[in-house]
Amino acid sequence: MRTEPIAGPSGAMIPVARTRHWGRVLSAVAALAIFGWLLFLIVVNPRLDWSAVATYLFNERILAGVWVTVELSVLATILGLVLGVVIAIMRLAHNPVLSRLATLYIWFFRGTPVLVQLIFWYNLAFLFPALIIKIPFTSIGLMWDTNQVMTGFTAAMLGLGLNLAAYFAETVRAGIQAVDTGQSEAAYALGMTPAKRMRVIVLPQALRIIIPPTGNEFISMLKTTSLVYVVAGHDLMTNASQIYKTNNMIMELLIVASLWYLLLTTVATFLQGRLERRFGSDAVRLVRRGGVAAKVLPKVPA
Amino acid sequence: MSPVVRATGVRMSYGDVQVLNGVDFEVAAGEVSCVIGPSGSGKSTFLRCLNGLEPVLGGSLRVLGEEVGHTLRDGRYHPWSPKEYAAFRKNIGMVFQRFNLFAHHSAQENVACGPVHVLGTPKDQAGKLALELLDRVGLADHAHKRPHQLSGGQQQRVAIARALAMNPALMLFDEPTSALDPELVDEVLEVMRDLAADGMTMVVVTHEIAFAREVGDRLTFFADGVVVEQGRPAELLANPAHERTRAFLSSVRGPGAPEAALRSDA
Ligand SMILES: Nc1ncnc2c1ncn2[C@@H]1O[C@H](COP(=O)(O)OP(=O)(O)OP(=O)(O)O)[C@@H](O)[C@H]1O
Ligand SMILES: [Mg+2]
Repeated sequence: MRTEPIAGPSGAMIPVARTRHWGRVLSAVAALAIFGWLLFLIVVNPRLDWSAVATYLFNERILAGVWVTVELSVLATILGLVLGVVIAIMRLAHNPVLSRLATLYIWFFRGTPVLVQLIFWYNLAFLFPALIIKIPFTSIGLMWDTNQVMTGFTAAMLGLGLNLAAYFAETVRAGIQAVDTGQSEAAYALGMTPAKRMRVIVLPQALRIIIPPTGNEFISMLKTTSLVYVVAGHDLMTNASQIYKTNNMIMELLIVASLWYLLLTTVATFLQGRLERRFGSDAVRLVRRGGVAAKVLPKVPA
Repeated sequence: MSPVVRATGVRMSYGDVQVLNGVDFEVAAGEVSCVIGPSGSGKSTFLRCLNGLEPVLGGSLRVLGEEVGHTLRDGRYHPWSPKEYAAFRKNIGMVFQRFNLFAHHSAQENVACGPVHVLGTPKDQAGKLALELLDRVGLADHAHKRPHQLSGGQQQRVAIARALAMNPALMLFDEPTSALDPELVDEVLEVMRDLAADGMTMVVVTHEIAFAREVGDRLTFFADGVVVEQGRPAELLANPAHERTRAFLSSVRGPGAPEAALRSDA
C-alpha cells in the first residue's frame, strides 16, 4: 500500500489517506471473542483436573504408549510403502493375472474399513489356530501358536500396513506413469531389460515424485494408529484408555493423548517440509507437463 | 563383408495404420547413411525397428548379422525374450530427438549408466570412461551437471557420449538437431562429423540437408512408408529422379531456392 505523498495537480505533495478496514477488524474481534470464550469454558472448568493432566503427561505407561505409537507408525508405513511399490508394479504388469490380482487387492483393502481389518488380523486364530511353515510331503517344518504371533502389535502393524499398501499402490502407479516414456526408451536402447529399466531408471524417478506426498501418509498413520486400541496394541491411545477406565479421568487422559499426538504430528510435519524441499523441485521437474499424473498427484511446492 | 543393416520388404503398422509398406534399405560397415522424408513418412518408425524398439511385422530385417526379433533354431524362427532384445541392443547406440537423458543422473552418471548397469563395468572404471567421452564431446567441465542444467546442444552431446560408452557397432540418430535452437545445431553436428570421420557406421534421420551432402555416403528419401529413391547425396540432391523427391526438397529449401543457397557452413 502506498504511503508516500503524490504530487497533485498544483504540484504540491498531497498525502495518501489511510484506508480503514473496519470489516476486517470487526470479524477478527468477533472470532477471537468466540474462541476465547470456548477456551475459557474448558480451561476454568471445575470438573477438569489440570494437575492430573500434568502428572499423566509424563506417566510411564503414557510414555511407553507414545513409543509404541511411533514404532507402529514407522513399521506400518514401511510395510505399506514396500508392499505398495510391489502392488503398483504388479498392477502395471503385462501379465493379466498379476495385474488383476493387484486390482483385486486394492479393491478389497480400500473397500473395507481399516477397523474391520485390524480386528480380523487380531482374531486370525479362529481360522488358523497354528501357523505352520513346512516342507511339503515331509514332517520337517516350524509351527507357532497363532495367538502368540498375532499380538495386538503384529495385528495392528499388518492391518495398518496392508491397508496403506492399497492406497499407496495407486500413488506409486501414478508416479511410475508420470515418468516420461522417453526415459524407458533410452534405457531399452542402452540394452537394459524391462526389470532393470524399472529398478535403475523409472523407480528412482517415480519415487522422487512420490516421496513428498508420502509424508502425509505417515502423518495420518500416526493418528490412525489410535484405532489399534480395539486390539489392545499398547499404543498411546490404548494405554490412555486403560488408565481412564480405572480412574475415570476420561477428559484429562484424552487431553494428555491429544497433546502427544499434536507433538508427534508437528514433528512429522516439520520433517515432511524438509522432504519436500529435498525432493519437491525434482518432483515438479520430473512430472510430465499436462499428463494425467500432473493432475492425479498432489501438488508439491517447487 | 555382409552389410550391417539389410532390410528387405520391411512392413510395420500401428493397429490398422500401415506405417512401413515394404522398406528396402542397406548400410555397409563404416557407412554414414542419411534418411530424409516428409513428416509421418515412417522414418522414426524404421529407425526404431532397427534396434527392436518397434516390432517388424513383415519382410526381413537383418542387423549386425541377426534377424531382428527372432532366432532361427530347429528350422523355426523363435521370438526373442526381453533378455535377448536387451543383449542385441547393447551393440547399437541410439540418439533421440528429445535427448531423453536420465533426469535423475548427472552428465557423467548418464554416460556411465550403460557400462555399469548393462555391461557390469566397475563404477570407478566406468566413471573414468565417462569423463573421457565427455571430454571427447567437449563437455569435460559439465560432468557433474544434471540434464536440466545443460543447454539442448549440451544435452544432445551427452546423449551421444552415453550411446558411445557402450562401444556400439552401429549408431542411430533420430533427428538429433531438430529440437535445438538454430545456434546450437552446429555443435552437435560437429560431434557427429567427428564420429563419421572415425569410421562409425551411422544411420541419421535428419533435415540438415547440408550435413547429409557433406558427411553422408548415402542419402535415402522416404515417403509413405517406402523408400522412394536413394543414391549418393550430391547426385540425389542435384538430380532427384522422382517428382515427390523434388517437391520435398523444394519444400525444405524454400520454393525455387537454388542448391547453392543452402547453408554451406554446416
Ligand atoms: N505410437 C504410435 N501409435 C500409432 N501411430 C503412430 C505411433 N507412432 C507413430 N505413428 C504414426 O506412424 C506414422 C509414421 O510415424 P513416424 O514417427 O515414423 O514418422 P516420421 O517420418 O518419423 O515423421 P517425423 O518427421 O514427423 O518425425 C505417422 O503417421 C504417425 O502418426
Ligand atoms: Mg520422426
